[in-house]
Formats: sequence, C-alpha cells, structure tokens
Amino acid sequence: MNKSVLMVVAGCAVLGSAAWLFAMGLTGGPEDYAERYAGQSAPPAQTAGKSAGEAGKAGEAASQPSPAAKDAPAKPAAPVATSAPPRSAIPDNEFGKLVRQGEQIFANPGQFASDWVGNDLSCQNCHFDAGRYDQTASLRSAWPMYPAYRGKNKHVNDFAERLQGCFTYSMNGKAPPRDGEVIQALQAYAFWLAKGMPTGEQPEVRGYPKVADPAEPPSYARGETVFQEHCALCHGDDGQGQKAAGGAPGFPPLWGAGSYNWGAGMHRVNTAAAFIKAAMPLGKPDLTDQQAWDVALFINSHERPQDPRFNGSVKETAERFHQHQGEYGKTVNGQVLGEHSPPSGTVPRSPSP
Amino acid sequence: MARLSVTLGLCLLFSCAFAQQPPPPAAGSCAACHGQEGQGTAAFPHLAGLGEAYIRRQLDAFASGERANATMKPVASGLSETQRQAVAAYFSSLKMAPADSASAEPPDGPGRELAVHGRWDQELPACVQCHGPDGRGIGEDFPPLAGQPAGYLEDQLKAWRAGQRPAGPQGLMGHIAERLDADDLKAVAQYFAALPAAPKESGHE
Ligand code: HEC
Ligand code: HEC
Ligand code: HEC
Ligand code: HEC
Repeated sequence: MNKSVLMVVAGCAVLGSAAWLFAMGLTGGPEDYAERYAGQSAPPAQTAGKSAGEAGKAGEAASQPSPAAKDAPAKPAAPVATSAPPRSAIPDNEFGKLVRQGEQIFANPGQFASDWVGNDLSCQNCHFDAGRYDQTASLRSAWPMYPAYRGKNKHVNDFAERLQGCFTYSMNGKAPPRDGEVIQALQAYAFWLAKGMPTGEQPEVRGYPKVADPAEPPSYARGETVFQEHCALCHGDDGQGQKAAGGAPGFPPLWGAGSYNWGAGMHRVNTAAAFIKAAMPLGKPDLTDQQAWDVALFINSHERPQDPRFNGSVKETAERFHQHQGEYGKTVNGQVLGEHSPPSGTVPRSPSP
Repeated sequence: MARLSVTLGLCLLFSCAFAQQPPPPAAGSCAACHGQEGQGTAAFPHLAGLGEAYIRRQLDAFASGERANATMKPVASGLSETQRQAVAAYFSSLKMAPADSASAEPPDGPGRELAVHGRWDQELPACVQCHGPDGRGIGEDFPPLAGQPAGYLEDQLKAWRAGQRPAGPQGLMGHIAERLDADDLKAVAQYFAALPAAPKESGHE
C-alpha cells in the first residue's frame, strides 16, 4: 500500500501526476501551470514516453529504468496509462451507456441508487471527481487490484463485494445485489476508467497517500481549534454540512445521522488524517501533518450511525471489530461513543424524484 | 420540543415580516445601478439573494480599498457601519425573479467542463463544489454566480489575479483564481452568466 515512496525510481508509470506533483513542490507558480499544461490536449492513454517529454525538466526520473523494466522480456510491455480516459471518450453504445450510468451513480447515489443509500453522502465526497482524482482512492487504481483478501471480512473479495462494502458502511445503506444494475454499472465505470492499468500490479498511487505519524499524539482540543478555523466555514459549526440554494447537496456532513457509520473506513483516525491531509480544505489542502491528525481525531470523536455489525453491546462490537485507530467504544466528553448512535442502514430515505 | 416550535414560529414570522419591510433609506441610491429589487442591470451584478455576511464583507472591502473599484468606493465609504449592515440584510432577504422559460441552455464546452468537473490534474476543484450545483450559491459565504453579467464575473477573476480583491474566507477563492488562465476566465464566466439566477417558474421548489 505504501509504495508511493518508490515514485521516483518507478519511471515508467504515473509520469503525468508524479512529475507534476514533484515540479509543483519545487516551484508552483501559475506560469508554471500554464507552461506545463500548454500541450495537454493530447489523447487520453498517453504512453509513459510521451508524457515524460511533456513533463519537461521533471522527466529526468523517466530515464531511469524501473525494476519492472529490467526483468521484462525483450518485447515491450503495453504502455501504462498515466491518467484515466477523458469523459468525451466514453463510447456511444450499450457499454458506454452502462459506463455513464456508473458515473451518475457514483456522483449522486442518493438519486440514482437511492434504495441502497442511508445517508446524505455521495461516493465522490470521498473519491473526488467521480473517482478520477489520484490522491483520493481513485477507481482506476482499485480496479486492477481485485479480487483481494480483506482483513475487514477475512476472505477474498471481488470488486463487486468491495463496492457493496462502501454502500453498507460509507453510505450507511444496504448492499445492492451483485448482479443488479447498480453494481454492474459501477463495475463497468471502474473498468473503463482503469484502461491501460496493469492487472494485479500495485499502482504507484492507491488509496489515500499515507501521512507520517504525528509528532504528538492527536489531541481533541487542538483538533477542535483546527476544525473551527479551517473546516466550519463549509461543513458548519456543528459539522452537519450545508445544503446549496434550493436544497441541492452542498457541503457534506462529517458526523451525525447523515454521515458515514462506525464501520466505515473514514472513521479510522489514520485514514481520515490521510484523506484530510491530501484533500481538505477543499481546493487548498494546506494543513500540517499534526493538524490533519488532530482534526481527524476531532471529527471522529462524535456520534455517527451505528456499526452495522453491532450485536447489542458496544463493548463486544468494539473488541471484535475495532482493534484499530478509532474512537468507537471510547469515552469522549463523558459519553461512550457508540452508545447513542443513530441506527445503521436507515434505508429508504427520501424517495428519488 | 414546544419551545423549539415556538422559536421556529417566531423566526418564520420574523423573516416574513422582514422581507416585506420597506427598504432601508440607504438602499435607495443603489437602484440606479443594481435595479429596484436588487436584480441587477445589464452590466451591474445583482445583489438580491447574496449572503448577508458576504455583502457586508464586500462593502467593507470597497470602502477600505482592498477591493479596488472606483465606482463602489465612494458609495460604500458613504455608508455608516449600521447602514452597511442594514443594506446587506435587506438585499440578502430579496429573491431573484424566476427566469422566463425562453432562456437559452448554457453553452457546452471548456467553461462548462471547468465549472462542473474542475481540473483535478491541476488540483482545481469544480466551481460548483463551492458555488452550488447550478451556481446558485451555498450559505452565507459562497455567493451565487448564475445569472451575473459575464463581464462582471470575468473582472472579478482578473481582480484576484491582479491582487485587487481580497482572497476571501480562508484565501480559497484567490488561490483558485491564481491558477486560471485568460481563456478559462472568459469561458467559465460565460457559462455561469448563461445560467438562470433563479429556477424557471415551471420547475420544482
Ligand atoms: C471550501 C469548503 C470546504 C472546507 C473549508 C473543508 N471542506 Fe471538507 N469537503 C468539502 C466538500 C465540497 C467535500 C465533498 C467533496 C466532493 O464531493 O467532491 C468535502 C468532503 C469532506 C470529507 C468526506 C465526506 C464527509 O462528509 O465525511 C471529510 C471527512 C472532510 N471534508 C473533512 C474536512 C475537514 C476536516 C476540513 C478542515 C480541515 C474540511 N473538510 C474543510 C468542502 C470543504
Ligand atoms: C465517507 C467516505 C467514503 C464514501 C462516501 C465512499 N467511500 Fe469508498 N472508500 C473510502 C475509504 C476510506 C476507502 C479506503 C481507502 C484506503 O484504504 O486508503 C474506500 C475504498 C473504496 C474502494 C477500494 C479502493 C481500493 O483501492 O481498494 C472502492 C472501490 C470504493 N471505495 C468505492 C466506493 C463507492 C462505489 C462508493 C459509493 C457507493 C464509496 N466508495 C463511498 C471512503 C469512502
Ligand atoms: C453608480 C453605479 C453604482 C451604484 C449607485 C451602486 N453600485 Fe454597487 N456596484 C457597482 C459596480 C460597478 C460594481 C462592480 C464592482 C466590481 O467590479 O468590483 C458593484 C458591486 C457591488 C457589490 C458587490 C457584489 C458582489 O457580487 O460581490 C455590492 C455588495 C454592491 N455593489 C452594493 C451596493 C450598494 C449596497 C449600493 C447602494 C448603497 C450600491 N452598490 C450602489 C456600481 C454601483
Ligand atoms: C473552495 C471553494 C471555492 C471554489 C472551488 C470556487 N470558489 Fe469562487 N468563491 C469562493 C468564495 C469563498 C467566494 C467569496 C469570496 C469573498 O468573500 O470575497 C467566491 C467568490 C467568487 C466570485 C465572486 C462573485 C461575486 O459576486 O463577486 C467569482 C466570480 C467566483 N468565485 C468564481 C469562481 C469560479 C469561476 C470557480 C471555478 C473555477 C470558483 N469560483 C470556484 C469559493 C470558491
């Protein structure tokens, strides 16, 4: 999972994003953007070579052979795609229709998969740009890595089951049937996005980029200050988010009945810290590692829908399923988290229009 | 519970009474450029329905010169603190009239692409993530863009790039504008200008 450190050596993949991040780290002015992206209307599935050329000075990394390239047979391997194909490349046929439906569901499951959604979130609240953005667990980095064993349910999951998991936990809903339209459409969408990704090879960037351990143990009090100064503007003083004018979804809730439940990955402090460090505040993610950890602890020290695996006892549920960095079952401000949770899987919500 | 509904009732009553209240005297002089009902005129932005905190912040910034504008500086400087707050509350309580159904569909193309999807390979969020799905704004601090004059919108983006407008809460908007180029500004301004400021009469709501 944490192979992102290998970014520099593994020249043959991810040049588009890696080189760009690298260059931005060094320079980062608007002129730089303009220059770097001047020739960027190139076709979707660029080969590593082409994009290395475009990336200019950061392309040095590309000339070093990757370990994979050394072992490779004489015949050149198929090029690894550096980015997902553009939306305009979705074909105009039955397959394309399913891909589009998958994107719609992913962007707006409350409307297009309402039977299976039990909160006010959408998949893209946590997987930006409808699952395309590399820094927030992109779909194209996930698709080639399944089936895979998951410690969470202790067996090998195929991609359909992985998708079902996000409905049960992150969406606080119910698992759509694996052969039904919702899962089929989402799979078609992920498959299409992952064009050019080598099957079974760990992508350079997957999941949320890990954030270094904090210098000091995360603190609720410091986290609250970070929250008020950097998050409340959008997510509200009470963390409940804000609707847009006319009632459309605006900023999503971070805790409470409308947010992800106690079984979701985002309730883990380390996972939330990684996401926040990479992506929040939206458009200007500039927190220090310590701030990201502190505020991750703070938002995950509030009640949210019950863990769907709850057996009637918070203590037992915590012992069985929460041997990780989370606050479920712990006492915060005099209350045991999980004791006052709204029920999980509260589907159906408001009927779809 | 009972107390809650009483409070709610009072709030409703208050806001209705408020909306029907005659404009504060200081708002009279705004009509020439911003329209009788704050609905804007060809080149001047509409004020109806903008957040109260947002309007107040702009008036303060015009007066201090941080938001550089030769027309609005004397206007805003001429208002006392109390008057600024009163006109902000007043215009914020007004609603834009629904668009007539004849209005054209917004143009498809790069402006729409940036507005609706952003450009995440440059870490640019979609405009609608902060300005609402149809550009009609979110809450007090994220102003609507839909239906504002294209020239006005473009000028604002240029102003940020030229350091002539404060970067806004948490510096968010300034940071975005810095990363747009001249073509982006034009295209995205035209896109939002073509969207209706209020939903069509026949629509839901
Ligand atoms: C400028 C507005 C803005 C600010 C400031 C902001 N967020 Fe967000 N946040 C968003 C938006 C918008 C999304 C959903 C993104 C999407 O759908 O593409 C989001 C999503 C999230 C999510 C995942 C979805 C959910 O509801 O759980 C978390 C967690 C989160 N933000 C935490 C934070 C934290 C912590 C901070 C402060 C450090 C913060 N945000 C600051 C706008 C903001
Ligand atoms: C509250 C945030 C949140 C929401 C909402 C959410 N997810 Fe996730 N998702 C996560 C987290 C956290 C992970 C684990 C990422 C990691 O381990 O770094 C994840 C992982 C995944 C993965 C596996 C990624 C991989 O590399 O193995 C897929 C696929 C996925 N989500 C799909 C979805 C779908 C489909 C939806 C909507 C039905 C959704 N997610 C909604 C937070 C969320
Ligand atoms: C002579 C014409 C004129 C008059 C009179 C006038 N304005 Fe303006 N107003 C403008 C112009 C031009 C702008 C655009 C400024 C810019 O480009 O930054 C503007 C912008 C504004 C804005 C910013 C809108 C936004 O979306 O950010 C506010 C608020 C405002 N005016 C309030 C008022 C108020 C209140 C009055 C009356 C007290 C008033 N104006 C009177 C010309 C006028
Ligand atoms: C991260 C949140 C965020 C995103 C994304 C965002 N904006 Fe903004 N925008 C703001 C905030 C906050 C303000 C108010 C600034 C202030 O108070 O002065 C604003 C104000 C504006 C204004 C001034 C409106 C007026 O009435 O004067 C324009 C124009 C604008 N944004 C355009 C855009 C465009 C175009 C995009 C997409 C390229 C965009 N914004 C994306 C947060 C955002």
